[in-house]
Amino acid sequence: MIIQTFGITKRYKNITAVNRVDLSIEEGEIFGLLGPNGAGKTTLLSMLTTLLPPTEGTAKVNGYDVRKEPGKVRESIGMVFQTPSSDEILTGRENLYLHALMYGVAKEERKRRIGKALELVDLTDRANDLVKTYSGGMRRRLELARGLLHEPKILFLDEPTLGLDPQTRQHIWEYIGRLSEEQGVTIIVTTHYMEEADSLCDRVAIIDHGEIKALDSPSILKMKVGKSMIRAKVEHPKLEYIKGLPYVTKADYKDGIVTIILNEGGAHIQEVLLNLGEVSFVELREPTLNDVFLQITGKEIREEPADDVAEIYARADS
Amino acid sequence: MSDLWGIYALWYREVKVFLREKSRLVSSTVNPLIWMVAFGGGLGASISVGEAGYQAFIFPGVLMLVVLFTTIFFGLYVVWDKKIDFFKEVLVSPMSRASIFVGKMLGGCTDGFIQSGIIILFGPLFGITYTAYSLGAVVLFVILLAMGTTSLGLAIGSQMTSFEGVGLVQSFLIMPLFFLSGALYPIDNLPGWLSWVTYANPLTYIVDGMRGALLDLNSFPMAIDLGVAAVYVAVLVAVGTYAFKKMS
Repeated sequence: MIIQTFGITKRYKNITAVNRVDLSIEEGEIFGLLGPNGAGKTTLLSMLTTLLPPTEGTAKVNGYDVRKEPGKVRESIGMVFQTPSSDEILTGRENLYLHALMYGVAKEERKRRIGKALELVDLTDRANDLVKTYSGGMRRRLELARGLLHEPKILFLDEPTLGLDPQTRQHIWEYIGRLSEEQGVTIIVTTHYMEEADSLCDRVAIIDHGEIKALDSPSILKMKVGKSMIRAKVEHPKLEYIKGLPYVTKADYKDGIVTIILNEGGAHIQEVLLNLGEVSFVELREPTLNDVFLQITGKEIREEPADDVAEIYARADS
Repeated sequence: MSDLWGIYALWYREVKVFLREKSRLVSSTVNPLIWMVAFGGGLGASISVGEAGYQAFIFPGVLMLVVLFTTIFFGLYVVWDKKIDFFKEVLVSPMSRASIFVGKMLGGCTDGFIQSGIIILFGPLFGITYTAYSLGAVVLFVILLAMGTTSLGLAIGSQMTSFEGVGLVQSFLIMPLFFLSGALYPIDNLPGWLSWVTYANPLTYIVDGMRGALLDLNSFPMAIDLGVAAVYVAVLVAVGTYAFKKMS
């Protein structure tokens, strides 16, 4: 286990941001933390990276206790923050150089590693430009490269694709995948984007109100919801009857839409529709991570980023 | 060992940023020159403080003003650093908080030193003549002053959560420290309460030390000036280091 938490808790005056979380993460994993805004993802990450002391409980990161040996923990990890943390007034290369100095990268190694990191994120051409001339996506990539410069065993990424356009998001995730594959780095990532987590993470934890509500591989989580689902727009569904059908595991009606979880949807859709009443829209599909999330937390994950962060990146883009 | 490189990194960053922002450098050079020319020249025309003239008399005070503004605001800037920017990345690095403080402090100190160095070059225009001794002494006092006030700014900045307190710092700290230090007037004939406040202000001794070295106009023995300056630096560096350890 490269990371293990023991009832780790963070309480503020009125709220418990993280509540007795027990978590084990294996070396080499890409581990996703999913949750709505304010669920406690960033707080959990801040405790694992020693930026915030836990109120209760503790965690071991790379074998070191976050309370007792924060220095050792920080040597083992790299962190990419939710908000931009590269220095605008310096060039990309200078940012990396300072990072190498602060993490005690040996003098002979610095140049080679900076060159390699820049190449990995395709920023070699722009390395000598000031960061303030970079786009939001380039900045993220630079911060990703920086997080790797000291060859950490664990890389923490807090919403690495937040506020970026879909194409850039795609790129960033490609880089993350490449890192995990080529360097064997353990990656802990928080994200809003369910499809991304689904395709990239080995395991995901769904966190809400500071607690872990579910933890498994994306495919198992989706299976737990059910094999297939039907969503239909209906005025007056015969919900009780539908629920009574032997192959239906769950049926909900909310905002004019009925959601039915069932086995072998393809085989049974006709019977379901016959009994549903007048339907103005219908879809049959396999559950996504989003549906898992919805079922567990009772709410949609908000895909829009927190305003201030979006603004910062918008500024970086202009 | 690696912390030494880290300290160097922070210092390098601050100096790079400082030198890159040319407009700031220019504006903070022009301000003290206006003081010298307008205030020193204007008021100096009607009052006498000895042979050297009023402009030469307030020159050490204006030097102090430059260092005070540059370094305290440099320190307060940590509030902003904490929010976004490069600083979070520094805090998550393996460096100890004490080393981070030292790196920042040396950076601010260098900024203040460069800034005052420019003003020192203008000295001869205002009736200052340098000797090896006087220049060395002024540089020493400027460095001590800068170390202390950078630490003070960093200590306050590290505990603030927003920029809103900056006005308070300016009104209740920078202005009194400056005006009650004898920077602009001789301190030998002050009325009672004013003289006590002035004597309690460590900056009084730093101005006195510089003025003594440049114009041979000491109110206190040089050893006392230097002693007070050293204690002032030691205390504020300790306070700043402590504040950084407590910073969240």
